[in-house]
Amino acid sequence: MSLAARHLEALGIPTLCLGSALDILEAGAPPRAVFVDYPLGHSTGKPFDRADQARVLRAALRAFETIATPGDITRLGAAWGDDSWRAQAAATRGDDTRMPRDTSPQYQTEDDRRLAEGG
Amino acid sequence: MEPVRYIDAITQRYASLGYAAYRWYVADTPPPFAPLKKKLSQSRMGVLTTSGCYAAGQVAFHYKDDASIRLIPMDTPVDRLRFAHITENYLVDARRDPECLVPLTALRALRDDGVVGALADSVISCMGGIYSQRRVREELIPQVEGVFKQQAIDVALLVPM
Repeated sequence: MSLAARHLEALGIPTLCLGSALDILEAGAPPRAVFVDYPLGHSTGKPFDRADQARVLRAALRAFETIATPGDITRLGAAWGDDSWRAQAAATRGDDTRMPRDTSPQYQTEDDRRLAEGG
Repeated sequence: MEPVRYIDAITQRYASLGYAAYRWYVADTPPPFAPLKKKLSQSRMGVLTTSGCYAAGQVAFHYKDDASIRLIPMDTPVDRLRFAHITENYLVDARRDPECLVPLTALRALRDDGVVGALADSVISCMGGIYSQRRVREELIPQVEGVFKQQAIDVALLVPM
């Protein structure tokens, strides 16, 4: 993501990355970033909470006009409310949770496969 | 609470399993910076998600360095949004409510409220778990650039998973 942001910015397109992994944002150093301290997979808000999603997005977009220093990361004040996810996310032992690297399309449902294949 | 340090944690987790470390991109130069040419309220915004989102009826992403993109029309009903990403464990909630990663309702509301001047007609989606930085640079990014140019956007919102 940071690679794409830096490439687009170099072409003259202002970019803003909205993510929930602060260290990965820091490493990639995109031109502008907003950090929301939610579990990975929730960059734009809590599930089934349209008000939170609207707040996160509205607050994030302000950074387009407030970040004046390249590489700045704005931290949103949004709080997930329950910190129990952090221990597992930060665990240094555990299984490999990645799926096998396979070149066949990985449909979420069999209906999706039928639709896409015209069946 | 201090933010989770994912790179350290995942690197140690893989090492304990005997796996090579995932190579996150680490910038070695300061980022470029393009000032906004006009206010956000007058700008057309494009959106890129790396969540592996596809719309029902589209071909899903695969998990081995899939460098292709999908275009998700901005008016797609949310119940038509699906996900295929190599780190499926982060998709449990998004598969119940896609808008915690692809917030079409909030985007349209911010456009309607005038916070952003206009939206591109489609969200660009890719599968962010690509191990080859060369393929990201040479295959993925040129496609994203081409679509954003076609969409004549002024600014781009990038949402990693």
